[in-house]
Amino acid sequence: MNDKTRPPGGQGNPDDIEETRLIPVVAVPTDLLATEILELILTDSVIDQADTPDSGRRRLTTRASTQDRIFEGISRGAGTLVLTIMSLVGLFLLIQGNQALSVAGFNFFTTEAWDPNSGNFGIAAVLAGTILIAVTAIVLAVPLAVATALYISEYAPLAIRQVLTSIVDLMAAVPSVVYGLWGMFLLEPNILGVSQWISTYCGWIPVFAVTGFDPNDPLASPTVFTASTFIAAIVVALMVAPIATSIMREVFTQAPIGEREAALALGATKWGMIRSVVLPFGRGGMIGGTMLGLGRALGETIAVYLIISPVFAVQPHILEKGSNSISALIALRYNEASPFEISALMAAGLALFVMTLFVNFGASIIISKSRSGASSD
Amino acid sequence: MPPIPTTLLNVVSPTRVPVNSELLIAEPRRATGGLRRNDVFALAGSLLAAVALASWLQNQLFAFQGMLAFILVAHALFMLFYAVLIGLTESVPVVVDKLITTLVHSLSFVMLLALAAVVTFTFGRGWEALAHANFFTQDMSNAGPLDPLTAGGVLHGMAGTLIMISIALAISVPLGIMTAVFLSEFPGRYAAVVRTVVEAMTALPSIVAGLFIYATVILGLGIERSGFAASCAVTVMMLPIIIRSADVVLRLVPGNLKEAAFALGSSRWRTVWTVTLPTARSGLTTAVVLGTARGIGETSPVLLTAGLTTFLNLNPFSGPMVSLPLATFAFVKSPEPGMIARGFGSAAVLMLVVLVLFWLARVIGGRGPGQLTPRHFRRITASSRALNYRYLARDVSAHRASRALRADGQTRRSSEPRAKGDRS
Repeated sequence: MNDKTRPPGGQGNPDDIEETRLIPVVAVPTDLLATEILELILTDSVIDQADTPDSGRRRLTTRASTQDRIFEGISRGAGTLVLTIMSLVGLFLLIQGNQALSVAGFNFFTTEAWDPNSGNFGIAAVLAGTILIAVTAIVLAVPLAVATALYISEYAPLAIRQVLTSIVDLMAAVPSVVYGLWGMFLLEPNILGVSQWISTYCGWIPVFAVTGFDPNDPLASPTVFTASTFIAAIVVALMVAPIATSIMREVFTQAPIGEREAALALGATKWGMIRSVVLPFGRGGMIGGTMLGLGRALGETIAVYLIISPVFAVQPHILEKGSNSISALIALRYNEASPFEISALMAAGLALFVMTLFVNFGASIIISKSRSGASSD
Repeated sequence: MPPIPTTLLNVVSPTRVPVNSELLIAEPRRATGGLRRNDVFALAGSLLAAVALASWLQNQLFAFQGMLAFILVAHALFMLFYAVLIGLTESVPVVVDKLITTLVHSLSFVMLLALAAVVTFTFGRGWEALAHANFFTQDMSNAGPLDPLTAGGVLHGMAGTLIMISIALAISVPLGIMTAVFLSEFPGRYAAVVRTVVEAMTALPSIVAGLFIYATVILGLGIERSGFAASCAVTVMMLPIIIRSADVVLRLVPGNLKEAAFALGSSRWRTVWTVTLPTARSGLTTAVVLGTARGIGETSPVLLTAGLTTFLNLNPFSGPMVSLPLATFAFVKSPEPGMIARGFGSAAVLMLVVLVLFWLARVIGGRGPGQLTPRHFRRITASSRALNYRYLARDVSAHRASRALRADGQTRRSSEPRAKGDRS
């Protein structure tokens, strides 16, 4: 019943309540009384009073039954087991890689060659390659991811939003070997023209320079552009873009409707509203999603392995043939490795592990500290 | 007709809606969305101009070659023309808005197109191998690289994937869900540590998981490369994913349901078993299915731990075993077209499995905790109705018994007159 139909003076004043309770025809005031009592119970003031030590509050303790104690023990044990396994990952890599690390010392991070059996090995080349592939992939993936997330949350017709969301989520679950096949057989033959075009017109930028390619030579072979960092990065970008998109979309859709409407009511265009409400609100999610994508890009193995032709030198020219990454190195060399080489590979794996761990920690901290809160599942 | 009590009239007076005489004529509804004629003209005109200029540049000036370059140049020209055309009539913010809208649409279109290309390309190339029935019923033991597609298949990969994922699920589902229950039921500093570590491990590079199992199980325990070792590696990959999504789902279970169970005197264990887990069942299933989809597609951990074989091996504890992604990887490393076709075929089978799993996850997990399927709802209604009948029957029999008792008493004291209001 709403306020207008209440009898005048039938509420608020306790005397009136006492009086009206005598008339059985009017049922409203008793209801009111109940809600008032409920409000009193629920308001903080009562609880605060109860919390003060002199109010004689009873101490509530529970004594768990045997069943409950067993249950707690088992679930605590499961948590401990998982924690142990996860910690062992780092620990075992450290133990196994220690032998190689102690031989190589700090040179492990500065040597470009990979020949552990002669003692001349290090991860400088593969580390640089890993970072270069991941960063190029992120540079390509972030505009795609932001645009797709904005499209799904702001521009797409309501009817197809759910479908698009499902498609993007599905693409995040497609096996990496499938992306690798696509990159190897469809993308690589078709992208050479683009690589050539970029290096012809943007070759003066050091990153896009290609040694051994003369743009004025009409007979120049495009084979110098195959198996490059650029091609691997495109494939990795397509692989991580759905992950980043799905996090960004989640955050964008949470942008408060009141603030959106306020911006529109003040005369903002759609983009004006997005720039002043949606993007600031979703900044944490955008950074976090990008970093999660970066973490995935750093660890990608099979797609990179299928595309690159491995070199053991720092290769800063992303369009040129030849690249390498830590995970591809491990996949390439583990098979016919001597025990010492295995140890060196473990050390390389440890470096990759620590790197992705830092990126992931950073991502989860940024996401959870942001206004939109933890929304990265 | 009895007179109506006046108090009732005072209380339940009808609500009056004030009538504004000025608004009696219905105001036509204003359309706030939609396209104006100018918008359509600007869009079509600049599109036409961009395509025309780009093809002139390509065919007459030879400024660039190739389809991709044509699209890029045409798109840049389109944006330019569109900005100019809109700018003739509109203000700067509107021009920026239109340009950004164009950019967002085209970038997301590129992304969705690329994703569609990945799927269709895999199925298109894989069809060649999938069309042969022997692809699903034979392994590669009797087929060499040069044999036609009518010999050999990926049975070994399919069986291997099935065995590995079953073992991985048998380990990771109980452990993962138990851990998620621990995280949500016993919050505290220790649970926070576990949760942080699990979250950091969600994006564990798959090759590191493989390397870990290689270091512990194969080098440390001396077990040969086998399906079991690969399952362990996949488990290490899947566990954090399952725990994390299960934890999110369990935290969504409404607190009042649990409190109701506690208030009825249920123990913590019974509350989890009869309230929390059934309520979150669909979400937990989704968590497991998504973890499975990730685990089933991983190549690198299996590459390091399972070894490579062309034979069907059903024993996970001895001898190498391949999974579908590993088989794909091995096939496409060969230069022979037949092997590459087989690689695409097994990739297509793998995609199909992932698609089905994902579809399952959508069907099961589309509902939040507590929402029921129609079947489940019918079942609950039926059981509730049955209970109701049971109570009703009990009440009726109790009533009859009491009436019989009373009738008995009445016959005994038949001389006493019956009380007037004793009907209850």
